[in-house]
Amino acid sequence: MNDMPRTAVARQDAPLVEPRAAPDLVPKIEIRRLRFFYKKFEALKNIDLTLYDKRVTAFIGPSGCGKSTLLRVLNRIYDLYPGQRAEGEVLLDGRNILEPGLDLNLLRAKVGMVFQKPTPFPMSIFDNVAFGIRLYEKLPASELADRVEQALRRAALWDEVKDKLRQSGLSLSGGQQQRLCIARAIAVKPSVLLLDEPASALDPISTQRIEELIAELKADYCIVIVTHNMQQAARSSDFTAFMYLGELIEFSDTETLFTHPREKRTEDYITGRFG
Amino acid sequence: MSPLYWRRRATNAVVMTLALGATALGLVWLVLVLWTLVANGVAAITPSLFVESTPPPGSSGGLANAIYGSIVMTAAATLIGAPVGILAGTYLAEYGAGSRIAPVIRFVNDILLSAPSIIIGLFVYEVMVLKMGHFSAWAGATALAIIVVPVVVRTTEDMLNLVPTALREAAAALGAPKWRVIVFIAYRAAMQGMLTGVMLAFARIAGETAPLLFTALNNQFFSTDMNAPMANLPVVIFQFAMSPYVDWQSLAWGGALLITVAILILNIAARLFAAWGSFGR
Ligand SMILES: Nc1ncnc2c1ncn2[C@@H]1O[C@H](COP(=O)(O)OP(=O)(O)O)[C@@H](O)[C@H]1O
Ligand SMILES: [Mg+2]
Repeated sequence: MNDMPRTAVARQDAPLVEPRAAPDLVPKIEIRRLRFFYKKFEALKNIDLTLYDKRVTAFIGPSGCGKSTLLRVLNRIYDLYPGQRAEGEVLLDGRNILEPGLDLNLLRAKVGMVFQKPTPFPMSIFDNVAFGIRLYEKLPASELADRVEQALRRAALWDEVKDKLRQSGLSLSGGQQQRLCIARAIAVKPSVLLLDEPASALDPISTQRIEELIAELKADYCIVIVTHNMQQAARSSDFTAFMYLGELIEFSDTETLFTHPREKRTEDYITGRFG
Repeated sequence: MSPLYWRRRATNAVVMTLALGATALGLVWLVLVLWTLVANGVAAITPSLFVESTPPPGSSGGLANAIYGSIVMTAAATLIGAPVGILAGTYLAEYGAGSRIAPVIRFVNDILLSAPSIIIGLFVYEVMVLKMGHFSAWAGATALAIIVVPVVVRTTEDMLNLVPTALREAAAALGAPKWRVIVFIAYRAAMQGMLTGVMLAFARIAGETAPLLFTALNNQFFSTDMNAPMANLPVVIFQFAMSPYVDWQSLAWGGALLITVAILILNIAARLFAAWGSFGR
């Protein structure tokens, strides 16, 4: 609760009018008529949604409504599994990422992802962050060290790990591991950051640190966060999308969605009447 | 206390006694075997055991040629079999999902895993020894390698399957191509287990006799020629133990003790190694 001032600042530049009308809003990702299938099961039904650059968009909705599925379309991580497929269009900077022949690895370098459970690699803290950088850039050692430091500073982890960069990433606490994963994701300089319930496995203090971090990072990224926690969505996002049974029920700026929801189902959910 | 409580306690006591009894029964034989080995073998463990070759009946000698042969053929077999097994296991764990051939490979591998080793010896006898016209250390190493492969395939697949999917997704989400995810993330996470599997396979073939009888056979002299028959501990033990000569029998006991201790050490090392992997670092 003590990050209220930050939220207030975030609120000021969030548009109070219909989102599309605000002048400084740049669409980053445009989702058009998106449908998604796990084999025969249709998990996403005709989703239309725009995600804006330098804004935080929250996906909320009851368990199993398709929040993670939608997130996993945006970097096409679902492509690892046979039998999962998407139809429709997802335009990233105007280019359809669902088209065949797209270089998935380049896409994923542009669209970073952080998972619910921290996933440090079984290697040193330094190598965890350097892993992604080394994939696409051959940097001299000193430059690489700089990049790793920048990313760790950006993820507000540097002061805690600067003396033990050679230690295993697994030796960190859960909250630190999650920030390590965020550092690892931003080290490759993506332009979009996808966070799937990044704080749900963490204690309240770590959760707060992650939220503060999101508030800072949004100056540079288009951020999408899936969350179960209504307060968290209200605190840390500019826009909120409410999903239900694979459909996008309502999308608007966070203020409006939480104070004047248009749909009955949205209201029921945010007031805790179901879900 | 309720009757239900007492009934549970009684059941517990009975099951506990049975379990302890079964454990004791198993251990008794193990201890007896080890005791017999030590009692009979210790006298044969002398410096000459390690430096002299197998003697003709009636004269003194050692097992140097057999020790050398065992080490060389076991090592060669592991060097041939382990990479094949690791690659096949990697295929099953990382690429096999959704493919139709993977379950077939897995099934055939399981059959090979439980195939009697004498059949593998006969197979190599057919395809190598008969074709080449003579017994050889290469044929012995090949037979042992065929035993190594299914063991390593199985442990590699199992260990890779233990690597959380989330870890692979996390690496892929950074833009890492699949081969990098496998080599730098999955292998690294499963390394300890996979190496333990290789060490256990090594220990397993170190004592194999049947496949070598048909392939490397034996050699009375110290030989380093991989294209010629080569002495090895299991076959020497087999031959000397069956002989009527007391000094040969004594050497057989010494060899048996030696090989048992070596396998024991290998197994303990493999286990320590695995434990170090999961608790250390
Ligand atoms: N790998 C999968 N295979 C089949 N169905 C899945 C799979 N993952 C998710 N689903 C189904 O898709 C729907 C949406 O799941 P998900 O996106 O994980 O929901 P959320 O993240 O909102 O809790 C659920 O009905 C779920 O059962
Ligand atoms: Mg989810």
